Amino acid sequence: MADAPRMKVPKEAEKGEIIEIKTLLPHIMETGFRKDENGATIPRRIINTFRCEFNGKPVFSADLESAVAANPFMQFTAKVEESGTFKFTWIDDDGTITTAEEFISVR
Amino acid sequence: MQTMSRREVLMLASGGATALVILGESSALATPAEADAEIAKFTNGKTMEQGKITVELPEIAENGNTIPLLITVDSPMTAEDYVSEVFVVTDGNPRPRVVTFHFTAMSGRALAATRIRLASTENVIVVAKTGDGRFFTAQKQVKVTIGGCGG
Repeated sequence: MADAPRMKVPKEAEKGEIIEIKTLLPHIMETGFRKDENGATIPRRIINTFRCEFNGKPVFSADLESAVAANPFMQFTAKVEESGTFKFTWIDDDGTITTAEEFISVR
Repeated sequence: MQTMSRREVLMLASGGATALVILGESSALATPAEADAEIAKFTNGKTMEQGKITVELPEIAENGNTIPLLITVDSPMTAEDYVSEVFVVTDGNPRPRVVTFHFTAMSGRALAATRIRLASTENVIVVAKTGDGRFFTAQKQVKVTIGGCGG
């Protein structure tokens, strides 16, 4: 139902290199402060948590509030010592969990 | 009754909507005191030091709906000397909290970027927590232009 997340992760790196990762998830990030045409408050529905793990270990995470813009964009770094898989997780207020993976080859 | 006027709907559709339309025109805005209260919760009241943090934000933002924010904290990110969390609040949005970043030994750098919403000209306040329990802070003001159609 949701649009697919987009990630920019290098395909290869040197051992010990610090790489840059960018991610974006299409999402309305409904703030919970807007009102509809009848004056009723539109309930909040945002991505409240973003996580990045590498080979099962946490690398970076973020707790998001309504003040994060729609289509939440996250940029951060990771120091890679071995080849493996980055796993990205987005958690929606409504319980939906979206995940994506990217493999990196490290020499 | 608060409804979105046709003008606001058109502005929203054209992507030129003001942040207040997204955040809710009739919302009460939080205050600097509330921002300070959130910071005190994060620091447990501990004194914050200046330095180490670079906050990159535009001086002027035409569109309060999506404003790029880049934070870097000067840290070697080793087991002995690292940044564990970065906490971001504002003093003029409906609620002060924006985002909290968590770093690990695998982060390499204490760097994080995202895009935020600002309801009006206000300060973005960043607090970094280091592994040895110290807190650093920096802030930047962003002027948000509430642009209308044709002025």
